[in-house]
Amino acid sequence: MTARILWTHVGALAALLAAHVLLPAYHHGNLARIMVLAIYATGYNIAFGYTGLLSLGHALFFGAGLYAAGLTAYYTGLPGWLALLAGPVAGGAVALALGSFALRTAGVAFMIVTLMFAQAFHLAILYLGRWTRGDEGLVIARASRQLFGLDLADGSVRFLVAWALFALTMVAALIIARSGLGRVMVAMRENEERSRMLGYDPYMTKLIALGLSGAMSGLAGGAYALLFGYVGASLASVQYSILPLLYVLLGGAGTVLGPLIGTVAMFYLIDLASNVTDAHQLVTGAALVLLILFAPRGILGSIRDRFARWIP
Amino acid sequence: MKRDDLKVTPTRRDVLKGLGATGAIALGGLSARYAQAQSAEPIRIGFQLHRTGIGASYGRWYERTATAALKVLNDQGGINGRPVEILFEDDGTDPRRGAEVVEKLVMQARCDVVMGTLFSHVVMGSAPRAGELRVPYLVCSEGHHVASGALNRWVLQPGITDVKSQVQSMAPFVTQNLGRKVTMVFPDYAFGHDHRDFFTAAVAAQGGEVIKHIAIPPTETSFTRYFPQIPRETEVLYHVMVGPSVLTFVKELGEFYGSGARPQLFGFIDSLEAVAIDSPGLEFLEGSHFWEGHPRYRQDDAGEHEDLYRAAVGVDANGASVTDPRDVSTYSHMFSVWETLFILKRAMEAAEYRGPADRQAVVEAMEAMTEFPEGLEHPQGPKLFNGRTHQAFGLQSISQVRNGRLVRVHRTAMEDGFYPDEVDYTTMSF
Repeated sequence: MTARILWTHVGALAALLAAHVLLPAYHHGNLARIMVLAIYATGYNIAFGYTGLLSLGHALFFGAGLYAAGLTAYYTGLPGWLALLAGPVAGGAVALALGSFALRTAGVAFMIVTLMFAQAFHLAILYLGRWTRGDEGLVIARASRQLFGLDLADGSVRFLVAWALFALTMVAALIIARSGLGRVMVAMRENEERSRMLGYDPYMTKLIALGLSGAMSGLAGGAYALLFGYVGASLASVQYSILPLLYVLLGGAGTVLGPLIGTVAMFYLIDLASNVTDAHQLVTGAALVLLILFAPRGILGSIRDRFARWIP
Repeated sequence: MKRDDLKVTPTRRDVLKGLGATGAIALGGLSARYAQAQSAEPIRIGFQLHRTGIGASYGRWYERTATAALKVLNDQGGINGRPVEILFEDDGTDPRRGAEVVEKLVMQARCDVVMGTLFSHVVMGSAPRAGELRVPYLVCSEGHHVASGALNRWVLQPGITDVKSQVQSMAPFVTQNLGRKVTMVFPDYAFGHDHRDFFTAAVAAQGGEVIKHIAIPPTETSFTRYFPQIPRETEVLYHVMVGPSVLTFVKELGEFYGSGARPQLFGFIDSLEAVAIDSPGLEFLEGSHFWEGHPRYRQDDAGEHEDLYRAAVGVDANGASVTDPRDVSTYSHMFSVWETLFILKRAMEAAEYRGPADRQAVVEAMEAMTEFPEGLEHPQGPKLFNGRTHQAFGLQSISQVRNGRLVRVHRTAMEDGFYPDEVDYTTMSF
């Protein structure tokens, strides 16, 4: 790994940490939420950005982590770290299970299969309302939101935990992107048949990528449940399958920092547009159309293409 | 938040003009307090509004009601002599955005309190954040979430009866007047499950029986295939479908029974809020009964405060906008915004509210309240407030569709809606 790659990413994490002391309270709270969503986007990027798996069902993995952590915290007296750990475990396991047969399809069929299973999961949450409280959801009591004695409802603790989890995910994504596995994943994205001819196993490579992606998405879901104290079916709806796709497209698919940049940009696009007009969703849509027209590789992807091809 | 919303609603200039015109007559001895108000910082109320998303039809009327109540409140002298502003912020009827909106209103817009949320999932998603920010969060939701103990000490529902109480208070009328064998049709998610659980128990307590539960999946767009499940011996069909599919549901129900014998129909007006009861396809509802929180059509015995409330909000005698008869209000729910605002005024004045440091005192003052008499501040009717459960109890109406209009045929007793406390928030720390 070259020094400038290392320092770019260390610098990004340092900047986020510096924001902890520099940002005003409102934006400080926003950034904590953004980092959790960026974990989700980073996970999505492993599947879509690097491996070329266009999933419309990642809300399944996010939701699996959300409910695994949330229900553990809500119904059991298990320590917070176990509840948090349940998130990536559930997300990864569900991704591997789904991938084991969904990856027999490709392209549009893969999109439809993933969308279908995510919808089935969403409806299952509603159906199992006795335990999940369905669309209304559950509030996780503050006493159950403790991590090694730290109160996750505290703004500073929440920010630092979100930062640590994001840092962990981002470093993992960087290592994966720079590893042999990462190169094979990109090979699958670029030309699966040629990769197969060279002796790589597309099915296994994509399954591993989807499992890693699901685990990261599940981590984000689990972190959301414990850091923000709410689990509900709407957080596993189709909207939450589309959001990480938009974050990644906006920030730059196949770049390590792109998901974070896309999440920040999208969050504040909505927040600022809502200050000006009721039609903030229209503004967001128009911005995305402009992006596709003039910077189809996203913010960081365009920068990489034009100025810095070394960006991973 | 729209740029317009950041302005005072009404503007401080409007308030002062109103004072100049009417102050001496209407405000009497309050003039001294107004002298202070001119130099006082306005009290800022953040309003979490369903301006977009599934709750938009409610949100539109909640905004109008809040704006109308605010004008009356400011004309009366504001709160503690200070003018009041409301800052509306759209939450998209989404729980994640809801929590973000609470943060934005409190941390960026510096609101003193947050109020106005209707949809239960948004309340649930936002309440933890309100508790962490230690800001009073007054919901107008009718959900049982507050009284169930699921939330925290900063969340209160003083302006509207919760669904458990509403449903329970319907059972005596239904079993004594419509029938004792009930089939329930409800959406298969939390809102429908509340009705299923609470009404089934309430009917049993009245000596009746729910003989069949028919849960409709939320993705369903046609209901014909569920109707054959309705047992032949059903005397009352209790329906509580919501959302855009309601019209289809009622129309297909009419086609199913045709002109033949049918059970008595009893529904919750939630199904038809913001929908004209005389819409094509709803003829089948003629003669059926509905719960109404607040009768949409002006009743013959309506008092002065009811007429003042309608005029202030801009609602005609049919429950529609005075400027557009096709724009039907969400009349059974929106009164809660009006009443909550005046309860907040009383609580802030009792707590001698000066700034955010007094937020806890506002909650404690509200917990000490017990009774809200019917009047201009409470046009829907008198209420009792349970400070331990943070929940209000009021009178409910049962109306019948007659000639395409809803006519009240029964008003429940307050005690019909009582149930044992499930929580005591006053024992919780802030």
